[in-house]
Formats: sequence, C-alpha cells, structure tokens
Amino acid sequence: MEVQVIFFGSITDITLDNSVVIDGCVDINSLVQTLIERYPALANKKYFVAVNQKMVHENSKLKMGDTVALMPPFSGG
Amino acid sequence: MNDRYSRQIILPGFGTAAQENLGQAKVLIVGMGGLGCPVLQYLVGVGVGTIGIMDADRISKSNLHRQLLYDEKDLGQLKVDIAASKAYAQNSLIQVDIYPFEINKENAIQIIGKYDLILDATDNFAAKYLINDVCVWLKKPIVFGAVSGYEGQVTVFNLASKDANPIHYRHLFPVQPAANEIASCEETGVIGVLPGIIGTMQAAEAIKLITGLGSPLYNRMLTYNFLTAHWFEIEMNANVAVPIIDENFINATNYQIDCAMMEADLEDIDIAEIDVSQFLDFKKDSSVFILDVRELHEYPVIDFSHAQIPMSKLKEAIHELPEQPICVICHQGIRSVYAAQLIKLHKQVEAYSLKGGLTAYFNKVSNEQ
Repeated sequence: MEVQVIFFGSITDITLDNSVVIDGCVDINSLVQTLIERYPALANKKYFVAVNQKMVHENSKLKMGDTVALMPPFSGG
Repeated sequence: MNDRYSRQIILPGFGTAAQENLGQAKVLIVGMGGLGCPVLQYLVGVGVGTIGIMDADRISKSNLHRQLLYDEKDLGQLKVDIAASKAYAQNSLIQVDIYPFEINKENAIQIIGKYDLILDATDNFAAKYLINDVCVWLKKPIVFGAVSGYEGQVTVFNLASKDANPIHYRHLFPVQPAANEIASCEETGVIGVLPGIIGTMQAAEAIKLITGLGSPLYNRMLTYNFLTAHWFEIEMNANVAVPIIDENFINATNYQIDCAMMEADLEDIDIAEIDVSQFLDFKKDSSVFILDVRELHEYPVIDFSHAQIPMSKLKEAIHELPEQPICVICHQGIRSVYAAQLIKLHKQVEAYSLKGGLTAYFNKVSNEQ
C-alpha cells in the first residue's frame, strides 16, 4: 500500500527531496518510524502532519494513495 | 466620491461602507522587515486609518534586497522612522504609531490591546509565540506570515469572531521550537520576492477581515513554494494538546530563554556517548537513572527497568527528573544526545547518551544470546 509523503521547509534539508513514495505503512505512526529510519535527523525535527491536506493530531490509519504532508514551523521574515 | 480611493470603492461589494471600516480600523504590524514592508505599503494605500509599526532594528545593507521601503540613503536609520515617513508621503490621511523596540512580555499586552488586528511579520519564534499568546488572551485576530528558504506560510489565526475556541499557532506547534531546531533568515538566506508575496497576502487578508469582503484564510494555511510556484492548502483543526492561554500562562512562559539565549548554546554542551557494554554496566548500577525519550508509540518494548518521557514532553518534565546521573536512550541515539544536552543544561547532573540507541543495544544483546 503506497502513500505519497511531501516535505516542506527545512525538512527538505534532511530528505533532500520534496516528496517520496512509501510502501507498507498502515498508519501515521508506522510511517513516521519508517521515515525516521530512512532520515534519522527527522527524529529531532518539529512538524505537524496533514493527511490529504487536513491536519491530524493523533495516529490514524492510512489508505492507498493518501498524501501525507510534514509541515515544520517557519520563522523567517 | 473620494478620488484617492475611488478605484476600490467602485468594486462590487466594496463601496463606501468598506472604505469607512478601513478608515476606522486600527492595525498593528509587528516586524518591519521583508514581510512588514509590503504589508505596510498596501495597508497605507488602501486607507487603514491607524497603523502601528514595531521594530527595534536599523536598516542595514543586507536588508535592501527585500525590504523595498528602504533606500541606500536610509542605512543606519531606524526602520520604523523611515517606514513611517514613507507611509505619510504615500498617504497623509492616515496615522502611523511607531514603536522602535522589540515586542516583549512587558509591553505586548498594553500595545496589542490598542489595536483590532495584529499582523505577525516577525522573524523569530520568541516574538511569534508571544504575539500568539497575547492575542489569544486578548481575543485579537492575527494575520500570520513566515518564510523558510524558498517557501512561505500565510494564514489567519485566532478568529474569535467566528469561533469561541479559534485555531491559533499553538494548535499547530504547541511548544516553541528551540533556536537550534530552526534557522532564521540570516542563516538560511531568503529571496526578496518571497516575503514580498507572503506579506502582500497578509495585507490582502487584513483588508478582507476589516471590510468583511470574501472569505478569509479561516482554518486554512497556505504554503507557497517559490521554486515550483505551487500553493499548498492545509485545513487546520483543533489540537487537544494546546495549553490554556491566559495572563498566568504568559507570565510563566519564558519566550526569550526558550528560543534564543540558553538553547543556542545547546550544541556546545558535550555529552558522553557510551557504547553498549558501558550501558550494560549502567543497567546494573542503580545510581544511574535510565531514561527512554522515544515517543509512546515507538517499538521495541524494552525489558529492563527504566523511565520513559517522550522527547516531545521532555522540556516540560525536565525538573521532575531525579538528581542523579541520567543515561538517555532512544531508537538510534540521535534524539538522546539532544535530550542529554537539554538535561545537562537545565539540571546540574551528568547526562549520557547510548550511542546507536536501542538498535545497537538489541544487535549486541541478540548476538550474545
């Protein structure tokens, strides 16, 4: 089961890509764990998660074709 | 008809009523940099009656590529002085209040209290969180803007007129990031047109909120990417982790220390990274407190006695830790270094980090079995 993960702001400094496709993660927690294994520096980053452009605050199931965004805080002006 | 504003008054739905609302509006712009310059210019142009501008900085050469209100001859002058004189040259009918200092806990409530709408055009988290919390306490709407690299965020927070418990910045990021977690423009660079676009969007949202025209960015955050020319919209919703924000909360929160002073030095704190065999000795030694900073959902479960405080909660719980040497563990041994630095900074105890984390631990333990 594939989901697309898109990255914003300084998170792309870690991932070096704006998006990746991740297979086999049933929920947000397992997706985040998979991402941290791939990008260990992500473990220390702050971000919120949005699934299909809606913010989510708790673990929830993912389905095929979902788009998950990792949005860090921006502070420049 | 007022000639100055005639081209906007004739727009369908605008009219003299919208113009009067603008004339009576009191708006505060905090930060007169890359975001604040276009915000001010458009609000002055449209005829906002009273505009407060706040910034302690003087104009430097590195500002000129993106802060287009300022000229070479303005170098060294206070931004608010030059911005106010340019605003009056553009529109003598309005009033500009200048605040040539930084926003802080001592002045924020009094100054924000004078205005109906606050534009966050600042460039640091200490100011963003303070503005957020004071506006939540005083029930003032915020038009939020921020940039990072080639991307910018814009939204409206704390629209108390639409919602008794409106979304604000702490619904997105409940805890203020430390300075070393996020770099500012000075470190990361910024292309001038990006805050120009985001600041102009902030001005557009401010005009809509004042006049009631159209639909504001209510519970929606837009993120703009300069490189791809994409706008990404996210629907924001309530986060139960948000603290109750009142005067006591603001008084008890140390915005400056959290963000700038103490944690800027965090990476200079040396942490002893121990290997798995040293860790096995610590495990037998009851004088060393073992702390797992993984989040509660993380696996694998560990079979020895330890305490668990997730990294996301560590800052709040740091003073609950015992006064004894602490060995921090996590999944890979990365977060644990940061956690150990944080502990060493805030508590006078020795702090260790397990190198390679539980991944290394389980590799060694399973190899020996």
